[in-house]
Amino acid sequence: MIRFAGDSGDGMQLTGDRFTSEAAAFGNDLATQPNFPAEIRAPQGTLPGVSSFQLHFADYDILTPGDRPDVLVAMNPAALKANIKDLPKGGILIVNTDEFNKRNLVKVGYATNPLEDDSLADFQVHEVAMATITIGALEETGLGKKDAERAKNMFALGLLSWMYHRPTEGTERFLREKFSKKPDIAEANVLAFRAGYYYGETTESFAVTYEVAPAKLNTGTYRQITGNTALAYGLVAAGQQSGLPIVLGTYPITPASDILHELSKHKNFGITTLQAEDEIAGIGAALGASYGGALGVTSTSGPGIALKSETIGLAVMTELPLLIIDVQRGGPSTGLPTKTEQSDLLQAMFGRNGESPVPIVSPRSPSDCFDAAMDAVRIALTYRTPVLLLSDGAIANGSEPWLIPDVDDLPDLSVEFATEPNATDGSGEFWPYVRDPETLARPWAIPGTPGLQHRIGGLEKADNTGNISYEPDNHDRMVRLRQAKVDGIEVPDAIVDDPTGDAKVLVVGWGSSYGPIGAAARRVRKLGLPVAHVHLRHLNPFPKNLGDVLSRYDKVIAPEMNLGQLALLLRAKYLVDVMSYTKVQGLPFKAEELQDVLADVIKGVGA
Amino acid sequence: MTTIDLGLPELGGLAGVPTTDEPQKAKDYKSDQEVRWCPGCGDYIVLNAVQSFLPSLGLKRENIVFVSGIGCSSRFPYYMNTYGMHSIHGRAPAIATGLAVSRPDLSVWVVTGDGDALSIGGNHLIHTLRRNVNLKILLFNNRIYGLTKGQYSPTSETGKITKSTPAGSLDHPFNPVSLALGAEASFVGRALDSDKKGLTEVLRQAAEHRGSALVEIYQNCPIFNDGAFDVLKDADDAKRRIINLEHGKPITFGVDGEYGVVRSGFAGLEVAKISEVGMESVVVHDATLEDPSYAFALSRLSAQDLSHTVTGVFRNVKRTTYDDAARDQVEKAKAAKPADLAALLRGKDTWTVLSD
Ligand code: SF4
Repeated sequence: MIRFAGDSGDGMQLTGDRFTSEAAAFGNDLATQPNFPAEIRAPQGTLPGVSSFQLHFADYDILTPGDRPDVLVAMNPAALKANIKDLPKGGILIVNTDEFNKRNLVKVGYATNPLEDDSLADFQVHEVAMATITIGALEETGLGKKDAERAKNMFALGLLSWMYHRPTEGTERFLREKFSKKPDIAEANVLAFRAGYYYGETTESFAVTYEVAPAKLNTGTYRQITGNTALAYGLVAAGQQSGLPIVLGTYPITPASDILHELSKHKNFGITTLQAEDEIAGIGAALGASYGGALGVTSTSGPGIALKSETIGLAVMTELPLLIIDVQRGGPSTGLPTKTEQSDLLQAMFGRNGESPVPIVSPRSPSDCFDAAMDAVRIALTYRTPVLLLSDGAIANGSEPWLIPDVDDLPDLSVEFATEPNATDGSGEFWPYVRDPETLARPWAIPGTPGLQHRIGGLEKADNTGNISYEPDNHDRMVRLRQAKVDGIEVPDAIVDDPTGDAKVLVVGWGSSYGPIGAAARRVRKLGLPVAHVHLRHLNPFPKNLGDVLSRYDKVIAPEMNLGQLALLLRAKYLVDVMSYTKVQGLPFKAEELQDVLADVIKGVGA
Repeated sequence: MTTIDLGLPELGGLAGVPTTDEPQKAKDYKSDQEVRWCPGCGDYIVLNAVQSFLPSLGLKRENIVFVSGIGCSSRFPYYMNTYGMHSIHGRAPAIATGLAVSRPDLSVWVVTGDGDALSIGGNHLIHTLRRNVNLKILLFNNRIYGLTKGQYSPTSETGKITKSTPAGSLDHPFNPVSLALGAEASFVGRALDSDKKGLTEVLRQAAEHRGSALVEIYQNCPIFNDGAFDVLKDADDAKRRIINLEHGKPITFGVDGEYGVVRSGFAGLEVAKISEVGMESVVVHDATLEDPSYAFALSRLSAQDLSHTVTGVFRNVKRTTYDDAARDQVEKAKAAKPADLAALLRGKDTWTVLSD
């Protein structure tokens, strides 16, 4: 596991990305976790400006980007200071000595140079003057010193590629393509990359190199994908499989904007992206499009959901299909925009006025966003309801290999619009609130359909006719009908992962904690401690078998990156004494800490 | 400021909306719902004018949609036998934008009020006008909050005594026409609820215009702000106060047409006695001027106390609509690149794991 850390201007994300691609091309399984500053350009060389990229690759299937790196590449004192506490004793530390001058050291509060005192004695430290060597290697290119120095991240990548025997052709090709308009910069980067590689080869200080064999994954064709890209692709696929045009009405917000960026590239699939004046207009346009027979989608993060709540309520009342994507981040308020959290579950569940039930779907990993998006669209279209999709920052920006699905195997999502009058009293009228007896969905009668003219809106509707009604019994009935519709949504049963079948402790999770929980479960099982794991994709409604599953175990524990929101829902609904383990640091759980937590619970039950 | 020509064909306001040869009457546009505004409310007259006017467009009724927000006037869609959505406070322009962008075969109308459009929904209004979405926006201005029972609104005159301002309101009011022109609306008009002929003429021009059309309608609320526009309704008073615009004609008014609008200072306009300035100084109205400053200057002739008010079509210029341009991008992308889902999912960098 490797972490690249440097100033946010040092190109750390690009370096990490390329190494990831190299690992993927080699057939290693991998998971990544970028961590960048909230400020676009925080002051150079300072702690807030540190950007890092962690990559976990191995010859077995990986569930998490990993807790602690084996190798830390620190491009400056700030990067060292921010990341050294995560490097375990004996870990490899590669530092760019060129940046360790007095000014930079003082900036981050180092009284003495850590490379000169013995504070790094526990690690295998490799001091490399990356900038100097890079500038030297590029001397003949005629490039200015400043430009040459900027290629030092490629030097670092080259060095790491040598250490881990990574194939290099892909990176060289990538650099030439990326800088195709500036061939001299492209060659400079390639040269710097090679310089790093040769440096490793010829320097004695790197005595050991590591060879990681390709991982054992299911057969098929893979690519690497981030959560936001997979989510966007899921929407493109849902548009194709439903035959509906997609209208994304949205407003830029971290960490959801990449969904807009991605979808705006795919207009050839009949996708319209509308960057609205605010969050409210974004969802308004999406709902207007749904009313007209398109698939309306809006994407945002927690603060945006707060603004969209009233329109979600209107979608509940008008019973129109609508997909609302919440890429969760640290809250409340503006909170931690670039950090991850799972604290919008109760907002998604209850954050509207009145009894306003909305189905909730949550992906558990970057590639799972594709399936989750398609599933959310299935629910929206089948049940004529807004659906909330809860992703989070870790999933959105993290990446992993994705077994590319066969397009012929994707589900059919086609829908039928209403074309005929349907009044049950023989009047020959069209009633917009006559329900399908199985799904309780109302007909989707789009403007332009002759004879079906009708009016909908946010006021309470009379059952069947859909006229305005203030009648007490009717309101009671409609509130219950809307709830029953959502409660009755078909979702697959929860699948319990319990290899030995004798676990007494169940760990329940949802969303991006799938990786760390799964990894922790494996670790404790290796220690001979059985544990069962259930990971929920559907949070409203819950799978039908969930109550049975929960009641089968002596102890149920729910780790969450919030203060126990799922635990609260499970306790309320199933009267099960769910234990909560919570952490809200804006960072994913570490498998190591969850391993300890699970081991303690299992031992407690066994005693 | 010049407009960038996106090279799209010039279209009429209703191009793409299917028409019918079947003759229509006003009553075809009446829904079966009982109209529930207070007796004497100006909304009745406007509803009646719209229902009488629509048949002249010859559109298929099922291709007309009314979208409203919240407020007394926003009940409008329930009374129209077309498609309709009574949405939430202030958001009708946003919802209608999504509908108009995805459905070129619909004639989309927004019904809103002074509170709905200018207070809670001000942001959506200006951005819709700026984008020039092909929507017709009817802004019923009664200068009061009616549905919530009588608080001052963003168009109430300063010092207005209401339930929420017993000592008088403090805010300076919006002039909706000035606001719309500030947002560079491509079409802006104003009419009086009681003037069916004038209102119908503005509606007709709005319908024919391709792009956002804002029509402000002075509407009397007899319950909470009765007589707000009475000075414009008395026959003689009206002649002295209302400056009605007709494209291509000199702007004159008064009991005997004795007043005219003339240029004043730096890009401004003012009222003058024709006998003093001469007919040749009177401005000939040109609604098609690209520069909105002229129409803006016209809008500034309207005073809070209605000593003067300008009606008719202030501005009517051609500019590519957002929805036409958005659809054009999608169509061009489709023509340029087939929708190959498998290729998209595969991407560029793949690797294959074989069974061993
Ligand atoms: S309160 Fe005023 S605006 Fe509202 S319906 Fe009654 S009269 Fe009309």
